Amino acid sequence: MIDELQVRLVALAKRVLRRPRVDLLLVAGLLLLAAAGLVTLYSASGGDLSVVGGQAARFVFGGILVLLLSRVPPTLLRTWTPWLYLGSTALLVVVTVLGEGHGANRWLNLGVMRFQPSELLKLTMPMMVAWYLHPRQLPPGWKDIAVVGLLIAIPAGLIAEQPDLGTALLVAAAGAFALFLSGMAWWRIGLLLGAVAGAVPVAWHFLHEYQRNRVRTLLDPESDPLGNGWHIIQSQIAVGSGGVFGKGFEHSTQSRLEFLPEHTTDFIFAVFSEEFGLVGVAAIMLLYAFIIGRCLWIAMEARDTYSRLLAGAIGMSFFVYVFVNGGMVAGLLPVVGVPMPLVSYGGTSAVSLLTGFGVLMSIHAHRKTRD
Amino acid sequence: MATKPIRSIKDPRGESAQFRRRALVGFLLILAGLGALVGRYVYLQVMRYNEFAVRSDSNRIKLRPIPPTRGLIYDRQGVVLADNVPAFRLEVVPEQVDDMDAMLAQLAQVVPLDKDDIDAFKKQLRLNRRFDNVPLKMHLSEDDIDRFAVNQWRFHGVQVASYFTRRYPLSELFAHVVGYVGRIDENDLDRLDPLLYKGTTHVGRSGIERSYEEMLHGTPGYEVDEVNADGQTQRVIETHPPTPGKNLYLSIDARLQKAATDAFEGRVGSAVAIDPRNGQVLALVSVPSYDPNLFVNGISHADYAALMGATDKPLLNRALQGAYPPGSTVKPFLALGGLEYGIRRPEDTVLSTGQFCLPGQTRCYRDDDRGGNGVVNMVRAIQHSTNTYFYKLALDMGIDRLSAWMSRFSFGDRTGIDLTGEAKGVLPSRAWKAAHSKFGWFPGETVIAGIGQGYWEVTPVQLAHAVATLAGHGVPYAPRLVMSTKALGELQPQPLPNPPTGPSLITKPSEWGVINEGMRAVITAGTGKGQFDGFPYEVAGKTGTAERFSRTSDAYDTNKNSAYLAARHRAWFEGFTPAEDPHIAAAAMLEAGAWGKDAAPIVRKIFDAWLSEQSPDSLPPPQLPVAPPRARPAPSASAPSEEMMQDGTEDLPAQASSAGATP
Repeated sequence: MIDELQVRLVALAKRVLRRPRVDLLLVAGLLLLAAAGLVTLYSASGGDLSVVGGQAARFVFGGILVLLLSRVPPTLLRTWTPWLYLGSTALLVVVTVLGEGHGANRWLNLGVMRFQPSELLKLTMPMMVAWYLHPRQLPPGWKDIAVVGLLIAIPAGLIAEQPDLGTALLVAAAGAFALFLSGMAWWRIGLLLGAVAGAVPVAWHFLHEYQRNRVRTLLDPESDPLGNGWHIIQSQIAVGSGGVFGKGFEHSTQSRLEFLPEHTTDFIFAVFSEEFGLVGVAAIMLLYAFIIGRCLWIAMEARDTYSRLLAGAIGMSFFVYVFVNGGMVAGLLPVVGVPMPLVSYGGTSAVSLLTGFGVLMSIHAHRKTRD
Repeated sequence: MATKPIRSIKDPRGESAQFRRRALVGFLLILAGLGALVGRYVYLQVMRYNEFAVRSDSNRIKLRPIPPTRGLIYDRQGVVLADNVPAFRLEVVPEQVDDMDAMLAQLAQVVPLDKDDIDAFKKQLRLNRRFDNVPLKMHLSEDDIDRFAVNQWRFHGVQVASYFTRRYPLSELFAHVVGYVGRIDENDLDRLDPLLYKGTTHVGRSGIERSYEEMLHGTPGYEVDEVNADGQTQRVIETHPPTPGKNLYLSIDARLQKAATDAFEGRVGSAVAIDPRNGQVLALVSVPSYDPNLFVNGISHADYAALMGATDKPLLNRALQGAYPPGSTVKPFLALGGLEYGIRRPEDTVLSTGQFCLPGQTRCYRDDDRGGNGVVNMVRAIQHSTNTYFYKLALDMGIDRLSAWMSRFSFGDRTGIDLTGEAKGVLPSRAWKAAHSKFGWFPGETVIAGIGQGYWEVTPVQLAHAVATLAGHGVPYAPRLVMSTKALGELQPQPLPNPPTGPSLITKPSEWGVINEGMRAVITAGTGKGQFDGFPYEVAGKTGTAERFSRTSDAYDTNKNSAYLAARHRAWFEGFTPAEDPHIAAAAMLEAGAWGKDAAPIVRKIFDAWLSEQSPDSLPPPQLPVAPPRARPAPSASAPSEEMMQDGTEDLPAQASSAGATP
């Protein structure tokens, strides 16, 4: 009996390893990242196991999502794409009417849980752009670029209006990366970026006063050290005082003594930097680079344009998270609500990120060789 | 929604290759972005590490001062004169109060807050950091504490804190010696070292408390605390305990001080007793006095107004700051000067006829005894306080030599007693007059300077110091109240050294003997006769009567009523005992005394009290039998009035204006 069971288990393991549905390298990278995130969260929450346990539970939930999504063929996803996009955009409209949340209308209360429809767009946006470009003649011409621009601008504009500039940026970036990967000509890219740069002063005019203050504070945090500058100053003190080797696990005084606000969520990376120093920062950055690189590798192996663009856009928007959050913590970028992926505490972002990786696994599982 | 895909034109292989190139470029751009980000972290964590490490520490580490315990003050026998007792005060944490004025208004309904409290509090509020507690009301009564306790929930950021407050158990008796402490205010902050006074609420304001502030205060300790962003202490990293202030032991015996105070029987005046062998002050009294405890936690306006408005000025330390004409008390010193300068030999005589006239002048200076004392030598001149003798001596000496000599006894200057605020008095001299008058020096002013009138002003401490210097064979010591100090950990009090301030003023011992003989004769048969009857040791002394006002009428000549005279005279007495080997010297002054010998009983009582405390072996055997048989026995108490009329009329110059005699 036992021998038979053992033989069967070994056979199953061999099959899984020979024909894995998931990319083991990407899984390894994500597990490492999640582990680092949980360790940091343990310290940042002051050893609060209920916080760490809650986050771990979300990772498990997200992991199951990954396994399930990896079984859904990309062709099916492609078929659903327009409906998913329309649905999530419709929810965005609903949320601007009915939404609740402190200061920002981003939450939709479903009774059991509250969630942000804008999180959905992080995935449905690159899907939609990939879906649109998939059958077209590539590289895209101005007409297709204009259509894609419209597809991006409508939801991104709604999100920015909530106002949630960070998510709007992530959603727009995800769509834009798909366009970039589709081979859009460099001169067109140059022209568009030039136009965007020219529009900055106009955009400044449309920003909320608090958003403008965040930018002003970034330029001169010491002008208001106890008010708007507090986050930036305290975060930089945390990072800088970590030095090369860090203060050691659970020795972040900036976090423990509550000088650092939001030290489990948006500013958790400051705690990480304080405790593990430059060595830790470099290691985490290498890990992120590895994950992004692996995503792009999977994208290159994908069997059709839709899968390629989607996988590539998901991988590249991962970078936007890291750069915006890491830059904010280091006082390089203004304070916006972008979490450090899989490190910051918080349910929706972890789940939506892992959903994206589930789609990637599916694309990997259905790559060229398996047609 | 989208147009039908035109598959024929699409080139899947080309698109795939295109994607590879784009993905590669994208990845390189991402690597560059991540590299730039890491560069920023290198900048913060390596290049600016020191700066941020310091800022991180200054965020979390706060030094909290622990104020030292103030040293105690004891009398010579170890009786407590000033100690620290636990008390309670209201404190406010400004950071936790949203609307300070509203809170104070509400709090005043619960605990009475007067304007003084609130003013002091607001002043302090401006100076403190927002995390520091600011005292609002000191010395809460039990009622206050009870009422606040039931209402405390309404006052976030207000708390009752215990502290030590200063207490003066003997109250008025030592107010002019020990002084008092008061709350530190804005003005103090300028002169006090902020490092030493962090956390301290009180500072010495007067008396010993002020002049020995440095010793009494001690050194604060501190606590290294780790605080959170709200400034609340999370844990104490290390503690450096404070060094308490030194305990001080005065040379004054509280019993002697009490006897000296009681001797005044409520009359306004002052007395100072000094040990001539070392300058130790044995008693220092200024009557009336006040309760120093009133000042410790802030005196109320009403109490302060009452003290300031009192006609007999209880806050004035007469011993130190009251300057009065010395009258005849300066005569022994002048006589000694005559000997030192070689102007007089002891046996040189002068004829006292009742008046002394300067050549070429019609207005003359009087002796007190009508018809004078006849032919007097130096001893008799001191004994009877013969003015003519000293008029002549002063004139022969000249004002320059006179003031030079007298200044050696610290007349006209501070004695150097270990109290602050000592008045200098006035020693007549050309220089002094030049600074205070447009006229030059007149010879008549030298004449009256010889009997302690004119510009002369001395404080009781000055005179006590001078007579102690004389008693101590001319060796000058600065008067000292603090005899020894005891720091934490010392088993025995350590004496404070007080070496003589100079060599003896007397060059020949025989000169001291002459003056001594004259001053003994004052007690046995002179102006102080009978005052020390029954005292087992021989006493040397000198009376003095000084005018309070310049004379503008002839009322003096016709009105010999004591009360009338008392209103115009200051009465002085100076003396020391045992005469041959002085252990104690004293000077007493009554602001309103008819004659110099009215002050003598005060000195007598001081000597009596002093004697009762001496152990028998510390003194030579009594030189006098208890009931001294005299060649001319002292008059019985039943017939004093006639004596007084004769002997008591001393010292006064009969000149129209004693202060400004016109040539």
